[in-house]
This record gives sequence, C-alpha cells and structure tokens, in this order.
Amino acid sequence: MKGYTAALPSGEAIHYVDRKRWLWLLSVTYPLQPFVAIWLHWLTGNETWLLLPIAINYGLGPAVDWALGEDRNNPPEEVALQLDQDRYYRWLTYSAVPLHYVTLIGSAWYVGTQNLSLFGMLSLAIVAGMTAGLAINTGHELGHKNSRIEKLLAKIVLAVPAYGHFTIDHNRGHHRNVATPGDPASARMGESIYRFALREIPGAFFEAWAIETERLTRRDRPAWHPNNQILQSFALTAVIALGLIVAFGWIMIPLLLIHHVMAWWQLTSANYVEHYGLLRQTDAHGKVERCEPHHSWNSNHIFSNLVLFHLERHSDHHAHPLRRYQSLRHFDSAPQLPNGYFGVYLLAYVPWLWYRVMDKRLLALPHIQGNLDKINVDPDARAAIFLRYGRDKMVAPTLG
Amino acid sequence: MSEYRCPECGYTYDEALGDEFEGYPSGTPFAALPDDFTCPSCAVRHKEDFEKVNKL
Repeated sequence: MKGYTAALPSGEAIHYVDRKRWLWLLSVTYPLQPFVAIWLHWLTGNETWLLLPIAINYGLGPAVDWALGEDRNNPPEEVALQLDQDRYYRWLTYSAVPLHYVTLIGSAWYVGTQNLSLFGMLSLAIVAGMTAGLAINTGHELGHKNSRIEKLLAKIVLAVPAYGHFTIDHNRGHHRNVATPGDPASARMGESIYRFALREIPGAFFEAWAIETERLTRRDRPAWHPNNQILQSFALTAVIALGLIVAFGWIMIPLLLIHHVMAWWQLTSANYVEHYGLLRQTDAHGKVERCEPHHSWNSNHIFSNLVLFHLERHSDHHAHPLRRYQSLRHFDSAPQLPNGYFGVYLLAYVPWLWYRVMDKRLLALPHIQGNLDKINVDPDARAAIFLRYGRDKMVAPTLG
Repeated sequence: MSEYRCPECGYTYDEALGDEFEGYPSGTPFAALPDDFTCPSCAVRHKEDFEKVNKL
C-alpha cells in the first residue's frame, strides 16, 4: 500500500501508510443508501422498508461505532502535507458529487412513478432528505478548498439540499466566529437543539447574505447579481426543482420541501454537537482568542468518521480549515463526545438526556473545571445553570 | 508593492494585483484593507497576523 516518508525533528525517518485509503470509498457510496430501501420495497411491496436507512444510521450506526471503537490511525504532522497532496483522495470527493444527484433524482423518480401511499412518500422524502445532509458534508469538504474546480463542485453539490449559502457562511462566518455567543452555528450550554435550530437556520442564511453582499458592494455590484455565489447555487436548486416537477408532477413540491428541511436538520445536528458550550475568551481589549483544539467537540470513532469524510476530527479542522479530510489528526487532549455523530444526535434530540450527559462532560474539561465564565452559556438558561452548577455568587448576566 | 501572506493557509495578498474577487482593486495597499479584514481563504487569521513577504 502507498506510504509516505518524512523526517522527524530528531532526524529519524518515519514511514506512514494510510490503512483507511480504500475505506474512504464508504464516504463516497454512503449517499446511495436510499437505493437499498427502494430495492427492498420493490422486492416486497412493503413500504416500511423505505425507513431502513433511519434504522441503519441511528440503530446500527451508534452500535457499530461503540463496537469498533476508536480509530488508531493518526497521520503524524510530518506527513500531513504529503497525504494532503495525494490527488487520489480529492478524486473521491469529486466522485461523490454526481452520486448525491443520483440519489435525489432516483428518489424523486420513485415517488413520482410508483404510486406510494402517503406513508411511503413521506418515508422516502425523509430518508432521501436525511441522506442529502451528506451532500452538505461533501460541499463542506469541497468548499474549503481554493481550486476553481472544487469551489464550483461545492456550489453544484450544495444545490441538492438547497443550501447554496453554506460555503460563504461556514467559511467566513462560522470559522471566524466559532465558539462565540454571536455565532449562529455554535450552540450554547442550556440551549436545546430545537431552540438552536431556530437561531442557526435563519442566522446562517442572513449572515451569508450579509457577507456576500458586502463583497459585491466592494465590487460596485448589487446583491442580485450573477456573481453572487449564493444565488448561483440556489439557481441550480430551482432548475432541479423545475425539472423534477415537469418530469414527475406536483408531488415533487412536498417531496422537495421535506427533503431540503431534513437535509438542513442534519447540518443543524452536526453544528449543535460540534461546539456545544465551548467559548473562546475575550481579552480586556475586546480581542477574541484564536480558535484552539479545546474549542471543538470531537469523535474518533472509526465507522462514523469513515462515512463522513472525517468530519468528527473537528479540532484539527478548525486549526487547519484547508486541510483535506484524509490528513485530519486526532488529539486525545481535545474535548471528546461519547459516541460518533449518529449516536450523539440521538442524545441531542432528547434535551434532558443531552444535558445529563454533556453538561457534566463540559464542566469537567481541563480548561473549564467548573468555571461557568469559561462556557458559552445560553442567556435564557443562565439562571438555572448557575443555580445548579454555579459557585457561591451569581455573576451578572452578560449579553450573548 | 509588497505581498502579505497568511501564516496558516498561505493565501497571499499582492498589493500590485489586489484581489478582484474580494473587491480590492489592484494597487490597494494592505494597510488600506478593513481593520476587521480576515483571511478570505481560511478566516482563522486576521489582518494583524499576516506576514509581509520579504522578496530578496
């Protein structure tokens, strides 16, 4: 298998082999999972099979993550550059793009032509939409790169879940403001995922729009201009929708609405668990500290990482936003989630359970050690949190 | 005209070229960029973090 050789600072040579090289095909093919459900319905006529991906992701997924455990593969920093430059890995992300389209169009075709009941239609819409959350993940990997082809492919793949504003907001909004109270994509302690969603979904869009229109203004262009990167991707979303409606009828409208919202919900879920409660400190001059490894929650579980292009190695991603998925490194010392994303999403969907598990994990982090001033606390939950976890005196609430 | 590089991702702002996509015309000095200027490529380094490239 292909290896990379580098010299350590001591002068000693190391040789690293990426044993996950071929396993990354899982991230490429996982978006096709609705076809397994479709095939089983086709064979049996039983519409319950259409929900199979939900059982796989949220039933089997956390169990496999727990059983297979953590990933022992961790590329040394010295080979990260070579690994990053190996073009094989970026070809995998390119090839995922058409597959996201195949899943959307295939699912739409099935709903449009197979006379499913309402239950059947809803099931496939939900499952296809959940799967389209992976398109946002593919778009995340592509959109962080500077090559023209990758920037273009990001816009193309983000059109599938109708999330064309992602690259702008994520790269220039979230990465800049991560783990501060003002970031719509960083969750606060005491904020349930449901309240977070009400802030994150519109917040991300309006922030992206403001950032992009500011750029266009610098170029003496109006917001509604062909160069608007957000509108380019949404235009493609509109073309896809129109094409599907013409091909398969008005049933495509509820299908696409459900599909898109389910995809957005996947991103909301990821954003929620990635920085919950973590806070970058502000100095006396109002300057916010640089994003450090302890400002992200991570998971090193091998199965879920292999279907998510290493998304869960989040601290390294924030340290090196342009670093490619294959080179992302794990740090034992960074905050760890108790399971991969599939498992922790389930926790998040039951807020009292989430708080029970995660709040004490948050408070126990070495850089926090129970100090609520080091935590991004939801203002509406502040009083209750102080009563439960605070020390002798209540600190005056600060605006978040 | 000088160049200024982001120490994290290598994005380089060349004063002579500006950055057309970002809306900074050629010849715009680095000092004239907004105070809250953040690396357009990685967004994790700010104006004060950029390093002037020494051209020998």
